[in-house]
This record gives sequence, structure tokens and C-alpha cells, in this order.
Amino acid sequence: MEILQSGTGELTQPFDLDEFRAWNRKKSRKLVDKVMPEAEAIGKFVYDGCYIGTELYGTVRCPMSLAREVVRQRVKDLRVCGQGVLELDLWLAAGLVKKLDITYIGLEVYGTSYALRRAVESGQVEKCVEWSNGAITWRLKAAAMGVPFLPTRSMLGTDTLAYSAAKVVADPFTGAKVALLPALVLDAALIHVHRADKYGNCQVDGITGFAAEMARASKRLIVSAEEIIPTQEIRKYPDRTLIPYYLVDAVVHAPYGSHPGEMAYLYGRDEPGIKEWVEMSKTAEGAQAYLDKYIYNLQGHDEYLALIGEDRFGRCVELREKRE
Amino acid sequence: MKEQTYSKTELMICVAARLFEDGATCFIGTGIPMLAAMLASHTTAPNLVPVFEFGGTGAILEELPRAVGEARTWHKGISALGICDTMENAQRGFIDYGFLGGAQIDPYGNLNSITIGDHDHPKARLPGSGGGNDVGSLCWQTVAIMQHDARRFVPTVDCVTTPGFLSGPGARETAGLPKGTGPVYVVSTLALMDYDPATCRMRLKATHPGVSVDEVLASTGFELLLPARVEVNAPPSAEELRLLREEIDTEKLYI
Repeated sequence: MEILQSGTGELTQPFDLDEFRAWNRKKSRKLVDKVMPEAEAIGKFVYDGCYIGTELYGTVRCPMSLAREVVRQRVKDLRVCGQGVLELDLWLAAGLVKKLDITYIGLEVYGTSYALRRAVESGQVEKCVEWSNGAITWRLKAAAMGVPFLPTRSMLGTDTLAYSAAKVVADPFTGAKVALLPALVLDAALIHVHRADKYGNCQVDGITGFAAEMARASKRLIVSAEEIIPTQEIRKYPDRTLIPYYLVDAVVHAPYGSHPGEMAYLYGRDEPGIKEWVEMSKTAEGAQAYLDKYIYNLQGHDEYLALIGEDRFGRCVELREKRE
Repeated sequence: MKEQTYSKTELMICVAARLFEDGATCFIGTGIPMLAAMLASHTTAPNLVPVFEFGGTGAILEELPRAVGEARTWHKGISALGICDTMENAQRGFIDYGFLGGAQIDPYGNLNSITIGDHDHPKARLPGSGGGNDVGSLCWQTVAIMQHDARRFVPTVDCVTTPGFLSGPGARETAGLPKGTGPVYVVSTLALMDYDPATCRMRLKATHPGVSVDEVLASTGFELLLPARVEVNAPPSAEELRLLREEIDTEKLYI
């Protein structure tokens, strides 16, 4: 197949599908208890220089407690994919990120990310390879399917493609131009869910974002869950299992794990909490003070829960999406 | 009759809202497009099917979403699935409109949200494409909603993040983008623009009340085409303003 155009971006995470198959072959199919503290999970499965992804993002069903633990353990030289609001902001502000396969990092309603601007404009982040949200998800989907690439009709003709690592070819069946998106096999992924059993069978309420794709594209998967439920609940509703246990390496119990973001039907956004980061992240000093207050000065998520306090969580619970 | 006062942003949202076609499927980007979609669903397009990229389709917009994955994006909705569902719907031709913002726009409707200045050594790093490129590539028709000034309406965007007509007539098809897709309108704080079908260049369609054609031209960093007759947009109605202020942006996030 003739390559008509190659994006100039680096393939930040080269892949070998036979190696991925071999990796998956040796992953245990046994039902073993994988519940562990967040410090142990991050310490075991996230390492310097690894390629890592988080799902969903910042203010929505986000593994914030795990993201904070990554900062606390000062894992460095991370290569990171995807979109982020608060979680990737924290990593950028803490100087953990070396390369980005970026789709969107920003503060949504509050505008561009100050942490991203500082990290990229100073050269601290060495490379930004561009993708659209659709494209990065299809890259994960390709890995989840076990195939080297997926074609798309998105990104064509733009600088988003020019600064990506996609390739444009003529489709061998019709001759039409398509962009080929390379599979993205993650070294590690962090996903926050509503419920999991101790083996790692997971249920999510509301939108599923790209959890199904990311879970299947990752070599090491840490799941944090609002609630740990008995396996008989999983077996009662097997149609609800979005992520089956054999994909999962660690299960961390993390009530309010998405705070200050929301968790559909459980709690809403903590707007003052989100705004605190928006304000403090305007300067590097402010961002550091935030990291001290909410991460470095705390032992872990339990202390974070105590710092935020029942009153504030109660208000978030009142603001939850309700089924009426 | 009592004179209504309103801001440029409120007027922009009202003009954008009136473009929503009732019953159409519309991909809604973050920010102002959400306010416009919500106003439209409360006025002229009650059967609007909003689509939010992370999986929410057909929400009843009772409260303004602050994020494209917030539960409000599938509140009383038709489905709450994932990003593959929404993006693949667009790729299969199921999404009629996309409503987007950007930091810069050029005469062909190309949008930039990646960097100001050189990509590898940027003056300003912007958030990135997000779902913008997919929306601009795959929806049938796209509408951009922008603040209007010469820094944003530029002859050449620093980084073509989301495709408009690219370099002009036929360029989208040549690049491989789906046939018959492309930008249709730009709604700004000063005016409503469309595109000249022969050249694919942006053309003034209607100014906002109280804004002169000269002011629009002076605030545009490229030659904006002029039609034989420039229309004037209707000001916000009392009801549109009431909805915007009392029911939509109750937290005063945008207006």
C-alpha cells in the first residue's frame, strides 16, 4: 500500500502485537483477590518512563485518587495519552510528563490550562503529538481488537494529522483516502468505576467514555472503585460487566475517588474545589502550594477524604444526577 | 416600549441558537455551543437531539453542562454510551450539525485550537483538537461560534486543527474527507457569516443590531466577502434573554 502522507509526529509508544498477545497469554485467569491500597497499586504497576493513560477525564468519573498517588510517588518521565482536565494538570504541574499524545488538555469552562502552557512552552514536555479525541480512542480500539491500525475519515487534510503519527493511504478496496491510526498499547491505565468486585469485575453507570477500549488496550490496569461489591452481584448482572476481571491487575477502594469531579448518580462536581485548582494553577508557585496541600502533605486518599470533610461531600451528593 | 439591554455574548448565543434545526442531530462542543443548544431546545428546536462526544445522546437540557462528559449531557437522554458510538455515528453520516469554538478562524473556516506560533516551540499552547477535528471532519454541516476580532479572524491560522474548506473548493474531498460536508456558518460577537459557494470564502450575511458593516470588516484580519445586501439580525427577545439569564447560565459562567 502506497503511503500518501505521514504525520511528522513521533510514534511515542511503538507496539508489537505478538508481544502483546504473549503478555496477555501469561496474564492470570484465576479469580484472585486484587484489592490493595493505592500506594501499593501505583508502586507495583506504574513506573518511571512508562506509557500511561487515564479514563474518563478530570471532572468526570476520573481516577483522581490514583492520579494524586502517582504525583505523591513522583513517578517520572511519563509518556501520557489522551485528554485531561485536573488529573493531567496535576501531573504536568508536578513535572512528571515527558511526552504527550495530546487530544485535549484544558480547564473546559474555565479555559486553557496554565499547567499545560507552562509545561509545553518551557520545553519541560519534550514532545506533543496531536490526535483528535476520536482518533486516540480508535487507536485504543485497534489495540483492543489486536490489530495494528484502524482507518478513519477524520483528521485528513489538517495539521492535526500533520503533527500526528498517522499515515494516509488509498483504501485498497475503493481507492478513497483514509488516515491509518496506529494501535496504542498502554503500559498502564487508571480507570475509576462505580463498582468492582475483589477480582476486578467492573460496572459503570452512565456514559462509558472510552473505558472499554482503554481497559483492553493496557498491559497493566489499575481500577479504583467507589464500592467493592460481592461477586454474586456481578454474576447476577453479567450484562453490566464493562471490564472483566482478567484485564485487571489491581482494585483500589476509593470512595469519592473522582473528587473534585463528579460520579454520575453518586455525587456532582465540587465547583469550589475545581475553581481552587483553576485559581491556584495560574502560577507555578500556586500550583505547587496546591500539590503540597492536597497531595504531598497527605499520606493518601483517606487523609484527603478527611481534609475535604463530610460537609463538602454531602453537598456534592445533593448535586448528583438523579434518576427520576 | 422598554429598551432591552444585552451583551454581545448574549446576542451571539441567541443568533447561534436560531440556527439549530428542530429534530436534527447536533454535536455540541464545550462552552458557548452548549448555551446555544440549550436556548434552541427551549425555543425553536424543542426536538433537538444533542450529541456530546463522550457518549450522551438526546439529553433533555434542563441544566447547563459544564463538561462534555457531565451527567447533564445525558440527562433524561436517549442513550448513554461511549465516545466510539458518537464519533462512529458521525463517521457513518448520522450527525447533521456540529457546533464548535476555536481560538482562530481563517477565510475558509479552518479552526485552530492547538498552538499560537510554531507547533514545536509555541508562543501559546492551546488545549488541542479534542473532538473538534472529528466534528469538523465528519458532521454534515458545521457552525463555528467565535469572539470577533482581528486576532481571531486571521488570514492563515497557525495550525489547522479542525478542517473548514481547507484551501478552498474541492480541497476537503481531495484530502479524503467525506463528500458533501463542511462549514456553513460562523456566528460571532459582531455578525453572522456564511460561505460563498463558488470560492468557499467567508462572507458576511447579517450584522448584529447596532454593528456597522465597517466595524465587522475592521475587526476581520482578512478580506470578508460582502453580499449584495447585508441583513441585520434580530436582537434577543425578552424571552430569549430571560431564558439565558434565569434558566440557562444561572451560575453566570459565560454571560
